[in-house]
Amino acid sequence: MIDMEVADLSRWQFALTAMYHFLFVPLTLGLAFMLAIMESVYVMTGRQVWKDMTKFWGALFGINFALGVSTGITMEFQFGMNWSYYSHYVGDVFGAPLAIEGLMAFFLEATLVGLFFFGWDRMSKQAHLAVTWFMALGTNLSALWILIANGWMQNPVGSQFNPETMRMEVTDFMAVLFNPVAQAKFVHTVAAGYVTGALFVLAISAWFLLQRRHRGFAKRSMTVAAAFGLMGSLSVVVLGDESGYALTHNQRMKLAALEAMWETHEAPAPLTLVGFPDVENQTTHFAVDVPWVLGLIATRSLDSEVEGILPLVAIAETRVENGILAYDALQRLRADETDTEARAQFEETKFDLGYALLLTRYIADPREATPDQIRQAAFDTIPDVPVMFWSFRFMAGIGFYMILLFGTAFVLCTLRRHETRWFLWVALISLPLPWVAAELGWLLAEYGRQPWIIEGMLPTFMGVSSLNATQIWMTIAGFTALYGALAVIEVMLMLHFIRKGPYAGKGGDAARRPTHKPAASDGGMAPVPAE
Amino acid sequence: MEIPISYETLRVLWWGLLGVLLIGFAATDGFDFGVAGLLPFVAKTDAERRVAINTVGPTWEGNQVWFILGGGAIFAAWPMVYAVSFSGLYLAMFVLLAALILRPVGFKYRSKREDKRWRAMWDWALFTGGFVPALLFGVAVGNVLVGVPFRLDENLRAFWEGSFFDLLNPFAILCGLLSVTMMGLHGAAWLSMKAEYGPVRDRARTLAPVFAIASIVLFAGGGLAMAYGPYGFAQVGEVDPAGPSNPLRTETVAAAGAWLANYASHPWMILAPVLGFGGAFAALIGLRLNSESITFIGSKLSTFGIISTAGLSMFPFILPSSLDPNSSLTVWNSSSSQLTLFIMLIVTAIFLPIILAYTAWAFKVMWGRVTTEDVTSGGDYY
Repeated sequence: MIDMEVADLSRWQFALTAMYHFLFVPLTLGLAFMLAIMESVYVMTGRQVWKDMTKFWGALFGINFALGVSTGITMEFQFGMNWSYYSHYVGDVFGAPLAIEGLMAFFLEATLVGLFFFGWDRMSKQAHLAVTWFMALGTNLSALWILIANGWMQNPVGSQFNPETMRMEVTDFMAVLFNPVAQAKFVHTVAAGYVTGALFVLAISAWFLLQRRHRGFAKRSMTVAAAFGLMGSLSVVVLGDESGYALTHNQRMKLAALEAMWETHEAPAPLTLVGFPDVENQTTHFAVDVPWVLGLIATRSLDSEVEGILPLVAIAETRVENGILAYDALQRLRADETDTEARAQFEETKFDLGYALLLTRYIADPREATPDQIRQAAFDTIPDVPVMFWSFRFMAGIGFYMILLFGTAFVLCTLRRHETRWFLWVALISLPLPWVAAELGWLLAEYGRQPWIIEGMLPTFMGVSSLNATQIWMTIAGFTALYGALAVIEVMLMLHFIRKGPYAGKGGDAARRPTHKPAASDGGMAPVPAE
Repeated sequence: MEIPISYETLRVLWWGLLGVLLIGFAATDGFDFGVAGLLPFVAKTDAERRVAINTVGPTWEGNQVWFILGGGAIFAAWPMVYAVSFSGLYLAMFVLLAALILRPVGFKYRSKREDKRWRAMWDWALFTGGFVPALLFGVAVGNVLVGVPFRLDENLRAFWEGSFFDLLNPFAILCGLLSVTMMGLHGAAWLSMKAEYGPVRDRARTLAPVFAIASIVLFAGGGLAMAYGPYGFAQVGEVDPAGPSNPLRTETVAAAGAWLANYASHPWMILAPVLGFGGAFAALIGLRLNSESITFIGSKLSTFGIISTAGLSMFPFILPSSLDPNSSLTVWNSSSSQLTLFIMLIVTAIFLPIILAYTAWAFKVMWGRVTTEDVTSGGDYY
């Protein structure tokens, strides 16, 4: 049987490295398009300040990009390192989008990023602009393929188990590609990236304005950020709602858990605004409900039900029982491939095989499971309800707050009141929020899928490699030390660059001393006020 | 859907594509590793180091994708190989990852601050990021040729017996050194072509023949070990090249000298080792004739020949097991399904030419020698 300590440590390591990787990804996604927009304005108007903006935000983009790439290498390789059985079991399906990501997206992005930084004087303005746009396209396409892979883990369409090779194999690649969960996740995730990029630019511009430095530069940056961020924050909430709709069809348990909805409510279900989920007694205390809303979001109708946790556990229990039949048929098939009766039984029950594998945590041969163990396995399909419940509320709360923030920024920029000081402070201290929301989103997606690594097909603990705990402790310690040091260095370097400002080393550095001359730099050319 | 290409053909094509990716990686990112590993030896002052770094500055990032794509392609086309090798070589993979993580950060962060200690620290990171992976790739290939200690249980779960230090056997170390000299030659050839006329280029040209001769000697040593050492595996009985991907359905035995058997049955394969030697000789001749392109192309061909030799010698084996030969992974028993291989082939056929086109364009745009003036004038250089 699988060593649960190894399984837990492998999960910790994956969580650590994946969440760390995703500190850099959203900023790359968002900044890339903002760079393309800024450079487009430069090419269209020919005004130097827009080129300065592209280069300054581009330098910060580069610092961030380096770590995004570095930590991405870990992601590409640790499936094989720590999740060896998973890699064997689903590589036929899951490997393809990862490889296509490299072919279609990452190659483009990585090749062009070199030209973005080094190619300014080696090609025409228009060619460089094309490089920047294609680089942005590459980063976003990259997200598309990664989310197609991840979407399949949430909703494993277009594939089935093959007893001859003991793994999942593709039967319909188009279904994997156009998986509704993947599509919803993609737009939600990239939109979250746009919000992150926009708030990064907004907050740093706000900081310049609070110090009355680089004002022309900062105001223009702020305007771009406000517009882009408003678009992004509206998309992220609307498309998040699309994710919610996709969940009802494919991951009913996750939806029920993040709403802490224990029983099926008669349609249309209310949305619980806040409350205290009580796992032991399977109820939610002090719940404040808004009638109808969940039913509307989840089913787009007033008469369809949203299923509760406990009825879903009952369904899981029958699937475990059915899965035992599949497991039994599989063993007979392996003993004798010509056993037509076993094959028929397997074909009928194979989509429940994964539920029988849940039992292998308790007993080596699922066929010998007691009714108690079967019930236990069914209850194992409930994710961590309080964590789901609160993560979702904080994430969604931040989402709505972002709309408010960027809406305000947009109005202020339109009224040319960029230097409204209370707002600049608000923008600056809001800086960490998009990252918090993005990490919570991944917590919902991945922790909320537990106990499955592939929803309904393969339990997480079965996916691990045959390692021992010491080996994984060593790499966890190594990654923590390396990543920790790099995080400190990255932040230091970013602060260093931001303090120096966009005109460092170009003669007109106004960085050291705040100036009180009104908008001297608004003309566009670099050296702001005289020093 | 009827798949228009047979399973057997698809498997051979994907075996070849895996080689293309590895060679693409070694032939492009190879000189990036070489330059990073040579950094302390060819460049002494800060300006010299920046010249050396900036010869690969604009292009290393794209080159690195060959490696990442290689990982993705093994996952997609040879999932069992990916699963067994990466988990079995666990700590070695971690060391490799750590070195590879330092490299991008080193390139990007090094020259962002004036501070001497800061730059010295990143120079070390770059050296590590160049030398360690070059060594480890060779050590890994050496171990694969020897056979690695894993077995598969009836559920095809892999178990590995053997520690990190078992990987450092003499033959593997020989391969590791060969990989270092190969990439060292490649890096020196690149510097000779891309660095300004001056000390960096001169030192690179002094080191290049050392690496070329060492490559020739080590490659010959590897060949002798193959011929006289206890290396090699063979499949017993009928093997169905279109059978299901399940290694436990075939029987395999260890057979000393078997790695040379392919050359007897397919004499054209001898071209690979000939290129391995010939390329290195050509590099030497190029140095003598003062022709940088001959040196660089020679070094590329040598890389191509050496990697092909390893792959062809083992065909159809990809990952033989020394612990339980029957668990060995071959072209016929460890691929993805026919449908996945077919779809991935279509995608590759479309995108590989596009990649080659824009990569070539990127190199063309950035062509020309990097000078001290470039890197000290404050422009867009690392």
